[in-house]
Amino acid sequence: MAPVKVFGQAMSPNVARVLVFLEEAGADYELVDVDFQAKEHKSPDHLARNPFGQIPAFQDGDLVLFESRAVAKYVARKYKTDEADLLREGDHSEAAMVDVWTEVEAHTYSAALSPIVYECLIFPLMHGKPTDEKVVDESLGKLRKVLEVYEERLSKHRYLAGDFLSFADLNHFPYTFYFMATPHGALFESYPRVKAWWESIMSRPAIQKLSATMTP
Amino acid sequence: MQTEHIEDRSQGERASSSKEGREVKMAAIKLYGMMLSPNVTRVVTVLNELGLDFDSVDVDLRTGAHKHPDFLKLNPFGQIPALQDGDEVVFESRAINRYIATKYGSSGPNLLPTPSAKMEAWLEVESPHFFPLAQTVVYELLIKPLFGATPDTAEADKKAAELDKLLDVYEAHLAAGNKYLAGDVFTLADGNHMSWLFLLTKSPKAELVASRPHVKAWWEEISARPAWAKTVASIPLPPAV
Repeated sequence: MAPVKVFGQAMSPNVARVLVFLEEAGADYELVDVDFQAKEHKSPDHLARNPFGQIPAFQDGDLVLFESRAVAKYVARKYKTDEADLLREGDHSEAAMVDVWTEVEAHTYSAALSPIVYECLIFPLMHGKPTDEKVVDESLGKLRKVLEVYEERLSKHRYLAGDFLSFADLNHFPYTFYFMATPHGALFESYPRVKAWWESIMSRPAIQKLSATMTP
Repeated sequence: MQTEHIEDRSQGERASSSKEGREVKMAAIKLYGMMLSPNVTRVVTVLNELGLDFDSVDVDLRTGAHKHPDFLKLNPFGQIPALQDGDEVVFESRAINRYIATKYGSSGPNLLPTPSAKMEAWLEVESPHFFPLAQTVVYELLIKPLFGATPDTAEADKKAAELDKLLDVYEAHLAAGNKYLAGDVFTLADGNHMSWLFLLTKSPKAELVASRPHVKAWWEEISARPAWAKTVASIPLPPAV
């Protein structure tokens, strides 16, 4: 069976989002670079894979897919086993909780956390742009409120969707990983259950392996 | 569809609204929110597509009901909608839609045909791409004026320009032999767009849709669905809109 292909760089959080699930599944994959400097993301070849000209794009044989969460779901479904069932689609209640907290990551958690990653890491390092501390402060305020809800949730359940690790938890990895590299990573110290949850994700062998490829 | 208010719930779980003293049976599904919110009508769209009975519980953002402890038990983030199905509580409109489409899929059209890579991709596209842009345009140019607030026209124009570029991709996709976003059939990918797309067509930026033959045809097709007529009828838009 030919390895699946992921188009993009591991350091891109949305590409990493897909790689998390491939690594967790122990699947064979090939990472194909997309050269942004050379405007390869706007090339006809890449646009045929992702009409929005973004990364990641994904190929499994004849199947071509884009949108990191759709790709991640595809991977989670394809490599599902009885032991590794990250979506819980066989159970309406469990699947609903996985979906709820996956949506929360997309709309609420990352909305508060990713501006801090952009302002403190991505803009200065990749674009030579200075940090806008006003944006950072505003985002930190929002993030604290979000982490309060997470702290409460994780005091009742071992993981976000319930007592099982799911698609929802692992979706938090890429941006949180980079958040920890900013000066504000210590914020999690104030939320012990959130901190413990994060550490349990970070300690997973697949995550350790992937983290090494995301560090410059 | 019965209506009750969040503050009334302390009177007991099985409160019944009665006209002429008659007890009315409440449906198993309760949707919490206000019908003016397109994030709430995103769910109503799918409930109606599936022909499901539901009770509407008013949570009016203008009164701060979404921060009421009773509501925070349903959605700890204090946002609408939330949905209660028997003992199950779900929040996040797209998670709710996926839940009801999966659980009640046999009541109506199959909104989540699997396997469909195209459906999954375009279902995802709505969330980070279409929604934030449509929301800003609609909020600034349609909703704010309705409440007498001053729109940020610079921001609205900026997002409208981005939406213009985005809809080029939709136009090309729909022109390439796709009647609906996932191909030949109406799916959740189309359904999740409708509530904000509807208000976009009522806004000063309606030409973003009207100027694109395939996007226009797609909107006309999906908004002609009988279930959609029922959804629109429940949106209390002022006559000016």
